[in-house]
Amino acid sequence: MTEQGKPTIRDAAHITVRDVTMAYGNYVVMKDINFTINRGEIFVVMGGSGCGKSTLMKIMLGLKSPEKGQILYNGLNFWEADEPVRNEILKHVGILYQRGALWSSMTLAENVALPLEEYTDMSRTQIREIVSFKLSLVGLAGFESFYPSELSGGMIKRAALARAMALDPEILFFDEPSAGLDPISARLLDDLILELRESLQTTVVVVSHELESILAIGDNSIFLDADTRTMIASGNPRTMLKESRNPKVCAFLTRGKAGCSDTPGETL
Amino acid sequence: MIIQDDKEQSQRFMRLERPSDDTVLMRLCGTWKIGQNLPSALDVYEQIAIHTRIKTIIFDSTDLGSWDSTLLTFLIRIIELCGEKGITVERGGLPTGVQKLLSLAMEALEKKALHKEETPGPFLARIGEITLNITQSAAGMFAFIGEATTAFIRLIMGRARFRSSDMVLTIQECGPQALPIVSLISALVGVIVAFVGIIQLRLFGAEIYIANVVGIAMAREMGALMTAIIMMGRTGAAFAAQLGTMEVNEEIDALKTLGISPMEFLVMPRIIALVLMMPLLCLYSDIVGILGGAVIGIGMFDLSITQYYDQTLHALNLTHFSIGIIKSAVFAVLIALSGCYYGIHCGRSASSVGDATTSAVVTGIVLIVVADGIFAIITNALWI
Repeated sequence: MTEQGKPTIRDAAHITVRDVTMAYGNYVVMKDINFTINRGEIFVVMGGSGCGKSTLMKIMLGLKSPEKGQILYNGLNFWEADEPVRNEILKHVGILYQRGALWSSMTLAENVALPLEEYTDMSRTQIREIVSFKLSLVGLAGFESFYPSELSGGMIKRAALARAMALDPEILFFDEPSAGLDPISARLLDDLILELRESLQTTVVVVSHELESILAIGDNSIFLDADTRTMIASGNPRTMLKESRNPKVCAFLTRGKAGCSDTPGETL
Repeated sequence: MIIQDDKEQSQRFMRLERPSDDTVLMRLCGTWKIGQNLPSALDVYEQIAIHTRIKTIIFDSTDLGSWDSTLLTFLIRIIELCGEKGITVERGGLPTGVQKLLSLAMEALEKKALHKEETPGPFLARIGEITLNITQSAAGMFAFIGEATTAFIRLIMGRARFRSSDMVLTIQECGPQALPIVSLISALVGVIVAFVGIIQLRLFGAEIYIANVVGIAMAREMGALMTAIIMMGRTGAAFAAQLGTMEVNEEIDALKTLGISPMEFLVMPRIIALVLMMPLLCLYSDIVGILGGAVIGIGMFDLSITQYYDQTLHALNLTHFSIGIIKSAVFAVLIALSGCYYGIHCGRSASSVGDATTSAVVTGIVLIVVADGIFAIITNALWI
């Protein structure tokens, strides 16, 4: 994936997921997943617990191989590519893991610096400057020499965001961004996501079941269902809230207040 | 007498009546709380089931005092048992709270039943499954060794990516910091070997040969073996726990998605650090063990220092030491591999870190002893 000649206009497909099926042996976790994420879009993968949201994210990030199906980044088939090509694709992807996943044996500065050391030829001073800038961007200026174990959960998450943004990625993945954050920090994170999209045209993929944040930031979404093991709805979450006829989707988006049929196992 | 007591006891909580031929009325009364001697559901069910014509159970809870989940578990058990026998349980007479909780719990139970399809198969199927599992994990181990080898080749070619500061830290952890425990154990092993040997040798008046026994035993066998077992328990377990925790925290995923091979970044520095440090520790252990033996020989059995020294020098040669040192390098690879393998293949929960550490230590020690056996055969066959 190189940028040469690629127009960076919005609404061009950035990531395409085609017919993805995931299985452990004979046990199908999910099947027939199809969607397209456009450039500069905030895309939400939602669904109840255990519906395979995180698994889908792992497939998209190359951590788990799909049983069948394709993941295309800018039209490039990720799972059929060689390892160097995959690494090249992943170089443009930043990931915020659920609990931060900072490397615990390294300081915050080293954590943020590692991607830069790996992929750029910048000098140490340059790297140090970028690291301080990224850390101050998430409100952690002055915490360079702290170890993750010395920080609170929210701070770890913010530092992890700084690391995810280290290489100014084109795509940012967020795994349950608001998990473990207080309402205000969660709101600030939402604002930051919107800000990143506006200023850097970053494509954002959010895996979440946090309603408020889904409705606040999502441009487009899919809804995964644990019972049928596939996606049962897609579209803008706010439109979905107004128009969806699917009882499961309605129940989810209204916290079970509306559209919740008496038989939870039933689908349209 | 006891049965009588039981009956009286259970009457404090419930009474059974038969308003019609096919119906049982269960009058619940008193306080149903944890810690009280409540009637067992099975006994009550048996009392009901004696009468074959009973088709329905109804409840009356007007005298029921306060209750907690003990009442619910009792009722769930009754409902399950009656369900098997085709007896209908009318929940209408129960307090509304109980009814609601019951329907919640029963729904969850049914769902669980849906999800749980794993019944233990027949004996042969289970043997087959175990065999498949063993082959799979063996294949996994070999794949891991293969990956480690390619990572090592990349390292030699200077293309592997890892932080040398990490390796220095690991060297510090598995080298100098292990000295105290290695000293203690080796000195004691030297003392023990000396005691066991000298008592036998004394029968022939050949106490002086204890220097040979201790020297050769330490240099060829005990030094390498004892450091290996100490390092497995100390460092191998630490590797498994460190990498396991990293796996649980998704730190290893974070490395992979950055395009950094955990094999190069995490496993290589650990293997190299241990391979560098173990032979040194082994040599140190040999010397401390020989000194330990000397203390016994000289202090308790009237051998002179010069006698013991000369005898030791006479008995030992470079071959003895090098056998021990080569062994310890091999043990180092085994320790690092099993520690890292189980760490990286750790599950995703906190308890799986414990499991990973246990498996690493057990496998490691087995591998060490097996390898030591193979060495014994080889050295014997080669007359060295």
